[in-house]
Amino acid sequence: MQTKEELITTLKTIVKPYVQDEQAFEHVTEETDFIRDLKINSANLVDIALDVEEAYDIEIDNESMEKMLTVGAAIEIIQEKLAAK
Amino acid sequence: MNIFNKFYVQPFDYILLKLPYSKPFLFVDTLQVVTENGVEGQYTFPADSSFYAGHFNKMPVTPGVILTEVMAQIGVVCLGIFLLNDSPTDELEVALTATQIDFYKPVFPGETVTVRSSKDFFRFHKLKCKVEMLNGKDELVCRGTIAGIMKSKSHA
Repeated sequence: MQTKEELITTLKTIVKPYVQDEQAFEHVTEETDFIRDLKINSANLVDIALDVEEAYDIEIDNESMEKMLTVGAAIEIIQEKLAAK
Repeated sequence: MNIFNKFYVQPFDYILLKLPYSKPFLFVDTLQVVTENGVEGQYTFPADSSFYAGHFNKMPVTPGVILTEVMAQIGVVCLGIFLLNDSPTDELEVALTATQIDFYKPVFPGETVTVRSSKDFFRFHKLKCKVEMLNGKDELVCRGTIAGIMKSKSHA
């Protein structure tokens, strides 16, 4: 399994096309909020979830999707789904 | 108007009744096909539609934003209503979130257009479709992708 740093790097690649605040994107931490900090809209957050599913061959359920609001939460969900495979 | 008083009831009339639009911003006349994977419907532009008075000066042509709206209402919102049909409430929350459309032919006053859409995905309330519009001669008018958020208000 990828380390947390590797997961963040992959996630950043996935998120990049949808980011509206480049400055915030340069200083991403686990606390970074996709909507509030990166100014991504909720419809593009769905695209990110689908891209994550494809990249890791996992399925994100509705409950996880509701929690997937920050970089840290997304990493936790990816780790959890990969562990359950 | 109660459609059930009519002698002949179109099978997809219940979808039209749930559309959150009315004149002058209702752009769906009939639906020919609705399945969980796509929809086909038609709209005729009344020659006296208000936008023809100013688009363009002395040369009425249907604005691209209106063609886009026709594609969104038939191709995405009607399909979304069909897909949400099992939901417990009729209250809809609808928002257009992205469009990417290429235009090929003009549409003039009085023309009837056919819209066909096929579902790309419907997940986490986001419905994304590939949509195209054809004119009465079966010529391609415009084509692209449209996405929106569609949910019943009980989920809010």
